[in-house]
Amino acid sequence: MTVLRRLRGDRGFLAGSVVALLMVLVAVVAPLLAAAAGQDYTNYHDNLLDSARGGVPLGRFGGMSADHWLGVEPGTGRDLFARVVYGARVSLGVAVGATMLQVLFGVLVGTAAGLGGRWADAALTRVVDLVLAVPSLVLAISLLAIVPPDWPRPLLLAAVIAVLGWGGTARITRGETLSLRTRDYVAAARLSGAGWFRIARREIAPGLAAPVLTYAALLLPTNMIAEAGLSFLGVGVRPPTPSWGQMLSTATTWFRADPMYVAVPGGLLFLTLLAFVLVANGLRRALDPRQSEVLR
Amino acid sequence: MTTLTVENLRIRFGDTVAVDGLSFELPAGSALGIVGESGSGKSATALALLGLHTSATIEGRISFDDLDLTGLNDKQWRQIRGARIAMVFQEPLTALSPFHTIGDQIAEVYRLHSGASRQAARQRAVEVLRQVHIPDPAGRAASYPHQFSGGMRQRALIAMALACRPRLIVADEPTTALDVTVQAQILDLLDEVRETTGTSLLLISHDLGVVAGSCDRVVVMRRGLAVEQGETAAVLGAPTDAYTRELLQAAPHPTPPRKNDGKPLLRLAGVRKHFKQRRREPVKAVDDVTLDVRAGETLGIVGESGTGKTTLARLMTGLLTQSAGTITLDGVDIARRPGGSVQMVFQDPLSSLNPRRTIGESIADPLRLSGVRDPRSRVEDLLERVGLARREYDRYPHQLSGGMRQRVGIARALAPGPRLIVCDEPVSSLDVTTQAQVLALLEDLREELGLTMVFISHDLAVLRQIADRVAVLADGRIVEIGDTAQVYAAPQHPYTKELLAAVPVADPAEARRLRALRRSLDLSDTKS
Amino acid sequence: MIGYLVRRVGGAVLVLFGLSLLLYGLFYLAPSDPAILTCGKGCTPERLAEVRHALGVDDPVATQYAHFVRGLVAGRDYPAGPATRHCPAPCLGYSFETDQPVTRLLLDRLPVSASLALGAEVLALTAGIGAGVLSGLRRYRWLDRIVNGLVLAGYAVPVFLVGLLLLLLFCVQLQWLPFPSYVPLTTDPLAWARNLLLPWVALAVIQTAAYARLTRAGIQETLAEDHIRTARAYGLPERRIIWRRALRGALLPLVTLTAIDLAAIMTSAVLTETMFGLPGVGQLLVGAVNQIDLPVVVGVTLLAGLLIVAANTVADLLYRAVDPRVELR
Repeated sequence: MTVLRRLRGDRGFLAGSVVALLMVLVAVVAPLLAAAAGQDYTNYHDNLLDSARGGVPLGRFGGMSADHWLGVEPGTGRDLFARVVYGARVSLGVAVGATMLQVLFGVLVGTAAGLGGRWADAALTRVVDLVLAVPSLVLAISLLAIVPPDWPRPLLLAAVIAVLGWGGTARITRGETLSLRTRDYVAAARLSGAGWFRIARREIAPGLAAPVLTYAALLLPTNMIAEAGLSFLGVGVRPPTPSWGQMLSTATTWFRADPMYVAVPGGLLFLTLLAFVLVANGLRRALDPRQSEVLR
Repeated sequence: MTTLTVENLRIRFGDTVAVDGLSFELPAGSALGIVGESGSGKSATALALLGLHTSATIEGRISFDDLDLTGLNDKQWRQIRGARIAMVFQEPLTALSPFHTIGDQIAEVYRLHSGASRQAARQRAVEVLRQVHIPDPAGRAASYPHQFSGGMRQRALIAMALACRPRLIVADEPTTALDVTVQAQILDLLDEVRETTGTSLLLISHDLGVVAGSCDRVVVMRRGLAVEQGETAAVLGAPTDAYTRELLQAAPHPTPPRKNDGKPLLRLAGVRKHFKQRRREPVKAVDDVTLDVRAGETLGIVGESGTGKTTLARLMTGLLTQSAGTITLDGVDIARRPGGSVQMVFQDPLSSLNPRRTIGESIADPLRLSGVRDPRSRVEDLLERVGLARREYDRYPHQLSGGMRQRVGIARALAPGPRLIVCDEPVSSLDVTTQAQVLALLEDLREELGLTMVFISHDLAVLRQIADRVAVLADGRIVEIGDTAQVYAAPQHPYTKELLAAVPVADPAEARRLRALRRSLDLSDTKS
Repeated sequence: MIGYLVRRVGGAVLVLFGLSLLLYGLFYLAPSDPAILTCGKGCTPERLAEVRHALGVDDPVATQYAHFVRGLVAGRDYPAGPATRHCPAPCLGYSFETDQPVTRLLLDRLPVSASLALGAEVLALTAGIGAGVLSGLRRYRWLDRIVNGLVLAGYAVPVFLVGLLLLLLFCVQLQWLPFPSYVPLTTDPLAWARNLLLPWVALAVIQTAAYARLTRAGIQETLAEDHIRTARAYGLPERRIIWRRALRGALLPLVTLTAIDLAAIMTSAVLTETMFGLPGVGQLLVGAVNQIDLPVVVGVTLLAGLLIVAANTVADLLYRAVDPRVELR
């Protein structure tokens, strides 16, 4: 199909996909990678720190060596490589989980609103409006602050981000459904005796795939940024569970002494996000050539 | 003295040749019509006359009032556009800026070319709006385009064209997007403008009738070439070229009446449909309609836009529920009809087929819904019957032409063996030759299968050919109904008379007679 | 028009009440004891008893909410301990940890957040629209590519990362700018601007990307519309067409986005203020979370909600001014 052809010719998309898949792979096999490096993300190695200078790692590049491929963390001496690959797990896992929930819930509500009668539409739209009116980051911070610390944090993060962010998907799904519903071929299907469920499945859903996919592709990096931000502020995953955002939070205090500690998680975060953004952009251009070039 | 001389015009877009050696002359103060179907190159010609092509190679010579238009630079073109040659476009809604009032837009153009003061420009705007018979021109000048009706917008566009007193007006399909009565008024207006100001007119259309009534000379174009040209009466009365003859023959023609004494199949009694509106009066789309559709007949329903014909079509098929009144099919309430017993053929062949399914699958759907396990062979039979090859089953809608897609729509409507088929403007989006073919197909099918059809159209000529009885719809009401020949020969209701007087005909003499008739009916132009 | 305004404001008030209800329900029915959360980190048994009494946690939830609403409208007294604490209207709660009404805390810090948000917005709008117009005209391919690249990158950087990099570069390496600390506008405008420069740039980078792409898309779409062809057909010069017509068409989505951005002040404020150490509302929130000061948290959240609703209402009104086709319902 032309879509695949367009994707294959889009260098940004290809580069982005490769990096994105690589990161996903890293996240999935994190324990294996850490084992391969012979390290663990919780072991403290005080001996590798220079206590005279306040806990900065010994050696250049933040203590890079054959044992510690990316050096160690200042202040704790934990192996940076292990922490980073486990951090990938958290950062990507939360983002992927949140995105899937948002898409699932948003599409269901949006389609129901678009196909339902006037009352259903009005009621559901009010709900969506309320969700969109809620200040999500602020509310997320507040919610995460009051929840007891023994609840599983990454799941909680994914749930909170999802619950606060499904409004956008619902809104565009509703818009597209409303527009598709007026097409003549939907009327033709009704005349032939198809019920609304069948119409939703066979006539509307294929028309939704493109816009929803394009929107969802951009949700992933957005959710990643949300998790990173929350962890940065200290309300996300709690230590010792690593997350790139959390590492950046501690890295701010160390950045003069040990720039590697900023560069590694920061760089990885940026690269992963950029990769996903390129993928989303490529999908956008391939699926809807009218709105050419840049994301909307 | 000729205003415009075109010699050997060639327009190319990369490898595609849009116009291939076109030559014609337009004498001063007269009207020339260019007729052609889509792809004939007529629009490309129009745009070339204003230098609006950005990526085309243009060869040949265009002389306008002793000025050579070929090879002008941007600055020179800007001095000519609007000031000496003005263009009237097809879609008045999108052709005007939605962000500025009509008065502002006209005044801006006038100021640009004449250097007049704001005051003077505003006055000129009101003046030309009055010239095109827009009521309360000073007040209307402060309105936005979306606040005007379609006909008024087109008048406003013509007013803008007149603002700088150009020598030539190029009108590219100026009436195609308008209702037939409004179309007649706009054409009358163009005629009047030409007579009072002495401007030359170049009128481009796909409709022979439009050109016949307004132009002294006509050029028939096909695939970038002029196949025939000359005085209108001569070309249309005694065409020498085969294509011209084909065009003339493809125009709908009246057919001998068919005998029908079937029992009523679909009955509408006192049907009303209101649409509620927020904080406004509800819209009465259908207001007390009572009629019968007899088994085996083709009932035509004629109405212009906004008269409720689409709503009526949807009510008849059971897609909409009426606010009041009863609709029965075979004595049973339409809401409880068996699936597939009423089918519809839609206007826009592109949006009536799911673009992501093959056409075979789209036709197979109704069969599947009625329980047929493997409908492929039946679908292929249907494809053959509507004049398509069996292997088209696996093609997608975008791979077919408009006419072919419409045939697919007909096949889909036939698939479940319906009792009644409602056709909502099925040929309005088609070229005149394709239109003739699809109408012929429908005529064949109804003979063979004894179909009962309701045929809705704004085109009286088409209905004259295909409908046995005709109902005239205005403001949601049926104002006249009867045998086709009867209604056309002796219309009773004033609206019917107005409609019939507005139909474009390809005979210049007849067209003039109709224009005089329209004037005598004293239809105030201000209605639209 | 008046009717429309009344309806919209009424609707906004309804949404705010819905939001406050939601928040109240979430926080005060949450797993943790709201009294403990209100008491704060430096909680003593005496204070805890005061808090319990003041909040009336023994009353049914509906009564508690009613007190809260009454406080919003008419002020509220917290009968607790030796002194009755008075919380003037609109009372968003009382912070026992810092011994101040929440509203006072918010008002003290609002100028900082406002300076930050508005300054960044102005910067982003100017740069974004400018880049978007130039890029949309496709006159310079290199500019097009740069804008494209920046837009994509803009989506991919969290604001705190940009802030971090800017700090590293300008304050540590090059030492061109001091570490940002807040100087009020009224005290010293120049210092005010100099200190806020890095935070403004950090915030603006991402927003510029969004504005640039929207403007670009809007201009390209509008330029393809029929009325542009009419304008050319009547000899209008290209520059006038771009600035008077094409940009008008691109404005509507820009208005939406500006409204959303201003509404999201809180979000950007939280991260940026924490990053740069500016004493704004966002930092207040983070501090309150760490100090377990629930009333402040609720107060900030409600303020954020109010901003969102207000921004949306203003945006709706602006739509009508920008595009005459939009009907006020």
